[in-house]
Amino acid sequence: MAAEVGQFALILAFVLAVVQAVATLWGAHRGEPVLMALGRAAAVLQGGFVILAFACLAASYVACDFSVALVAQHSNTQQPLAYRFAATWGSHEGSMLLWVLILGIYGAAVSLFGGALRETLQARVLGVQGLIGVAFLGFLIFTSNPFLRLSPVPLEGTELNPLLQDPGLVSHPPLLYLGYVGFSVAFAFAVAALLEGRVDAAWARWVRPWVLAAWVPLTAGITLGSLWAYYELGWGGWWFWDPVENASLMPWLLGTALLHSSLVLERRGALVSWTILLAILTFSLSLVGTFLVRSGILTSVHAFAVDPRRGIYILGIIAVTTGAALGLYAWRAPGLRTGALFAPLSREGGITLNNLFLVALAATVFLGTFSPVFIELVGSDKISVGPPYYARTFAPLAIPLLALVVFGPMLNWKRDAVAAVLRRVRIPAAIAAAAVLIGLVTVGWKGVVSAAALGLAAWLVAGAFAIPARRWWAGRANLARSIRTTPPAVLGLSLAHAGLGLLLLGVTGVSAWHSDKVLTMRPGDSTAFAGRTITLDAVGLADGPNYQARQARFEITGKDGSYAMVGERRAYVTSQTTEAAIHVTPLGNLYISGGDEADGGIVVRLWDHPFIVWIWIGGFAMALGGLVSLSDRRLRLGVAARAPRPALVPAPAE
Amino acid sequence: MRRALALLPVGLFVLVLLGFMIGLRRDPSILPSMLIGKPLPAFVLAPLRAEEPGFASAELIGEPVLLNVFASWCGPCKEEHPVLLQLKAQGVKIVGLDWKEGATDGARWLAANGDPYVRAGNDASGRTGIDLGVSGVPETFVLDRRGRVRYRQVGAITPEVWSQTIAPLMAKLMAES
Repeated sequence: MAAEVGQFALILAFVLAVVQAVATLWGAHRGEPVLMALGRAAAVLQGGFVILAFACLAASYVACDFSVALVAQHSNTQQPLAYRFAATWGSHEGSMLLWVLILGIYGAAVSLFGGALRETLQARVLGVQGLIGVAFLGFLIFTSNPFLRLSPVPLEGTELNPLLQDPGLVSHPPLLYLGYVGFSVAFAFAVAALLEGRVDAAWARWVRPWVLAAWVPLTAGITLGSLWAYYELGWGGWWFWDPVENASLMPWLLGTALLHSSLVLERRGALVSWTILLAILTFSLSLVGTFLVRSGILTSVHAFAVDPRRGIYILGIIAVTTGAALGLYAWRAPGLRTGALFAPLSREGGITLNNLFLVALAATVFLGTFSPVFIELVGSDKISVGPPYYARTFAPLAIPLLALVVFGPMLNWKRDAVAAVLRRVRIPAAIAAAAVLIGLVTVGWKGVVSAAALGLAAWLVAGAFAIPARRWWAGRANLARSIRTTPPAVLGLSLAHAGLGLLLLGVTGVSAWHSDKVLTMRPGDSTAFAGRTITLDAVGLADGPNYQARQARFEITGKDGSYAMVGERRAYVTSQTTEAAIHVTPLGNLYISGGDEADGGIVVRLWDHPFIVWIWIGGFAMALGGLVSLSDRRLRLGVAARAPRPALVPAPAE
Repeated sequence: MRRALALLPVGLFVLVLLGFMIGLRRDPSILPSMLIGKPLPAFVLAPLRAEEPGFASAELIGEPVLLNVFASWCGPCKEEHPVLLQLKAQGVKIVGLDWKEGATDGARWLAANGDPYVRAGNDASGRTGIDLGVSGVPETFVLDRRGRVRYRQVGAITPEVWSQTIAPLMAKLMAES
């Protein structure tokens, strides 16, 4: 029953999306308030029906209704409730439904809370969102129906891939999709602005929080994905330049550029057409990310069911949305007003430079990811690029960008002077120099590169802290008050940039000083590794809810104290996974993965990962920074349209 | 000038889109048919493991064998690796082709993760991989007694792929004379 209701809700949502798109776009064109109101109502209803459809699929999963083909393929009765629920989006069809769910909710949100916008602008934004909804609901209904029935009904389903039975899965895809789909709002605003032929202050104020609201979950999602790969895939890496990881990194890089350029647009009204272009490209890359995973054009760990027909459909969606948007851009952008002028050395100039670097980084990743496709077209050679390519191209672009990050927030808007800027960064520079020295003393001349990287990390963290600190120093007469009145946007900026520094600390530590060892251990055996003595205590069997585990217990004594660790090798119904034992400390992780059995013992792999935990702390700090920034009153939706509040918050000092 | 600049993104996009369209048509579904039923292109591989020589395509004749293309820099290979080790334990003959990296990297990787291969060779330049039409790693070719390619697996061999596709084929090839 639930499946039929879900199917019907999905079809209704599709029809409503058509109504939403036609009514709003036509209504805005003719200036018909009734049509625009109809479109707004359709957007809210569409959101409601998509929620209903999703709830129906989730209910089928939770109730183990194996007459639904999708449920039978990705769930079984032994799976714990949480994973039965999470399996809702563990398949291709389910994850597309999640995509459409988020899209529908965002559409309803723009309809419900966008009353402060100019009516035609809001209508056109909803119209573009409606068109995207039509495309994806159509994709779902016509090529990937999640509600297909199965006959005869099997008694038991096939389980969800055990690698995915993890708390990471429960939150990783929804976070990524919140980000991907969130950029659709920025995209819709960009296209609506091009249709309107003008960009005004209300537009800029609206776009920035939406970009931030997409960027925050995307950042958290990527970080979580990396963390999940680290502890679940059992080989101790944290980033593999896998096509699917790259698929999320590309929109993140462009989204970060967009986040910064929209700041310039909001504050100074400059970089108008550039921001619009970035909004279009960011969402397009989110679509390309979807395309990449589902088309089978590149193979990857994460690949869903490979089906070229689906690939062609998504390619069609990309061709139409991006093609039409960029065509519109070519036609309308030259007519948009150019923004205020600024000197090369100014906050605007800094952000422009930041944007150039980020776009170049995104292009690098794009070329690396798709080189197998493109090189094959040019010549007959088939090649694929691995980490060596990224080490040679990504790092040389990322390092200068990281070095420049500290200067950005120190620059004045409009124009600035070199000497003044250098004076402002003298304390972070001194701290960075001290970090390089400490690094050199500890690791010697051979480690000069790692010492420099440590210095860069210190430079970023100190530079980030310097932003609020300079503010507080200026208001030191009444320190408590000046701390209390710091705008969240400043704290968020500081936190996000500091996160980048922490991330770099982690990357440097693990790349420069990691070590590993492989050996066969029998119970009672000891080995010395990375300043510790590791003893395999015992090997035993244990039962999990839907798997059998072989547990290996280790005793560790050494530089980080004495403790015990337990690693598991789990046998599920159809496959096996390794649950690594990980001892986490701020200075480094000990990672033990117990593998196959060999001559009376087990093959044990040991890794020492100095500072690695800071990679994820840094990533989450960035996301948290975005969240703090989002809480700033200045950005809260609709506030700008109301009567200006009495000025409780002093104007920013910079 | 501004107009020309504004046209640039859409122009680039059309090019990329064309690339995708052609790529989607070519890759990877058409490739398997090109070598299926034909003998492997001839190659001689440099040694991978220090103590033994590499191998040549001619040595793969005699009994059914899996030719697995892998690399230490490849994530999905790690995923596939336990399956290969299991197959080795079941007595399946697998030969390894270490693709696009120095032999020391590949050998170290095998030492660390277990070694499922009866023979292993190194293709540092990627030349042999190109002859085989390898577009990414891992990739596996199923060869019959006479050294002809009977099946090509693009991407990792999962337990499902093995039990549903390759195992029945191997059983059939074993029965062939």
